[in-house]
Amino acid sequence: MFWRKFEERLFNFLIRLATIIIIGCLFVIVLTIVVKGLPAMSWDMISKSPSGGFYLGKEGGVLNAIVGSLYLGIGASLFALLLSIPVVVYMNVYAPTHSKFAQYIRISLDILYGIPSIVYGAFGFLIMIYLGLKVSLLAGIVTVGLLVLPIMARTMDEVIRTIPKELTEASLSLGATKWETAMKVLLRQAFPGILTAILLGFGRAIGDAASVIFTTGFTDNVPESILQPAATLPLAIFFQLGSPIQEVVNRAYASALILTIMILVISISSRLLSRRFNKNIIK
Amino acid sequence: MQTSINEPMEKTGNASQHATLIQPLNGQSLNGVKTHISVRNLNISYGNSQILKNVSIDIPDKKITAIIGPSGCGKTTLLKTFNRLIESSDGIKIEGEVLVDGENIYGKNVEVTNMRKKMGLLSQRPMPLPMSIYDNIAYGMRIHGIRKKSILNERVTYYLKQASLWNEVKDRLHQPATKLSIGQQQRLCLARGLAVEPEIILGDEPTSALDPISSQRIEEKFVELKDQYTIVMVTHILRQARRIADYIVFMYLGEIVEHGPAHELLENPREEMTKEYVKGVIS
Repeated sequence: MFWRKFEERLFNFLIRLATIIIIGCLFVIVLTIVVKGLPAMSWDMISKSPSGGFYLGKEGGVLNAIVGSLYLGIGASLFALLLSIPVVVYMNVYAPTHSKFAQYIRISLDILYGIPSIVYGAFGFLIMIYLGLKVSLLAGIVTVGLLVLPIMARTMDEVIRTIPKELTEASLSLGATKWETAMKVLLRQAFPGILTAILLGFGRAIGDAASVIFTTGFTDNVPESILQPAATLPLAIFFQLGSPIQEVVNRAYASALILTIMILVISISSRLLSRRFNKNIIK
Repeated sequence: MQTSINEPMEKTGNASQHATLIQPLNGQSLNGVKTHISVRNLNISYGNSQILKNVSIDIPDKKITAIIGPSGCGKTTLLKTFNRLIESSDGIKIEGEVLVDGENIYGKNVEVTNMRKKMGLLSQRPMPLPMSIYDNIAYGMRIHGIRKKSILNERVTYYLKQASLWNEVKDRLHQPATKLSIGQQQRLCLARGLAVEPEIILGDEPTSALDPISSQRIEEKFVELKDQYTIVMVTHILRQARRIADYIVFMYLGEIVEHGPAHELLENPREEMTKEYVKGVIS
């Protein structure tokens, strides 16, 4: 009797501990960014390009990286989405149920998901050399797009897999083609999940530093073409943190704050937007 | 998938002529009634297990045919061969013929979407599409090329009335279909199926998720509709078959044990197994 009670108490304690650690981490990270970043924050930070170099410069802002990150994040998410939708539709609609081939695709995606982003960067770099492509926004979009493809495709896949088979059959039995069924019924039903998948992908795309070092490069200017190199916030933070000048280090926290707020704004606004589409979803 | 052509069957291609040419099986007469669906030597296996064993049956035109039998006997599988939904499983082997209006629907030149359009399907659990009540009915018509608003409006109204749902939903056609009660949803699914102008209605235990009153309304609807449509329903409720079926097919372990006019089969079953099932000894 004593042992069972002890077990129960112990587990209760562990539950609380884990929860406190998780919430505590979030709290400490946000607090650090805000406390250290807010003093360095200014209108200049978000409206001007850096002057005097990103490594030593105390003047200007990180507009180059904000714009670069947005271009890269949106571009890579769109690229990954364009590849994910056909893969996911194939696995769930075209492939027969319990298809071995679809299972292989899932395993491949899971393995791809586990590959570190620096490897994607190196891989992207090799391809660029082969194609004679210079460090550019385009190269970054393709590389980062491939990086976020597995997480996007698998998240969508898991959502669509939960849709009852009878719904697909209902559409097919009305004489709809597989394509019509996928586009007009399944994607509509899975819309909130697809949005989550896109947001997860976008979050990873905009936040990744390793894969963009070799592919997108870094610049003090706002990119004017997809063939120019572009700055990104994670790299800006990385460079600023490594600076010997304290003011520049503080600017790194301000950049982190900007990145966090950007992701938050996009995530919350798209969720609000998606509520308008959710009313028809069958439960 | 394998489809063999059985030579003894006439391949006249003329539906009405063909229907009268089919030899009654096992000497059982359909009392001169036209046949709508004929199954010939159908074998279905999945991996090592055979789900349907040499099934041959004639489904009479414009009657209610009930397929009865204990669970796992292959009733639903047989039903799903009628509109080829069965083939969406990997590793399924289909041998034999299913003739609808005299045409083998597993033939090479069969357009699956056109063939499926001939059959409305009601599943166990009502499956409205993730859209409004109106769009649920219009969906099938739209994919088959009806775009004109006035025609759609008129037909949506007509088929909702056909399914006895109009009075309950006429003021909220553009609300999500999921807002309807489960019984209303099943009538919506019926209306949706009727809207593509099928010849046959397939029901896979269409009342099993419904309350008694909703079930009764579906049954009444079926009796009403049998003047215009051939209705085939799988049911595990013997009393339901007794109430509305004209013709009964009794299956056990993937085989057809006995089939015939409802009253004959229920009152004077010839096979021992049928006797036991009708008496409730096995279920």
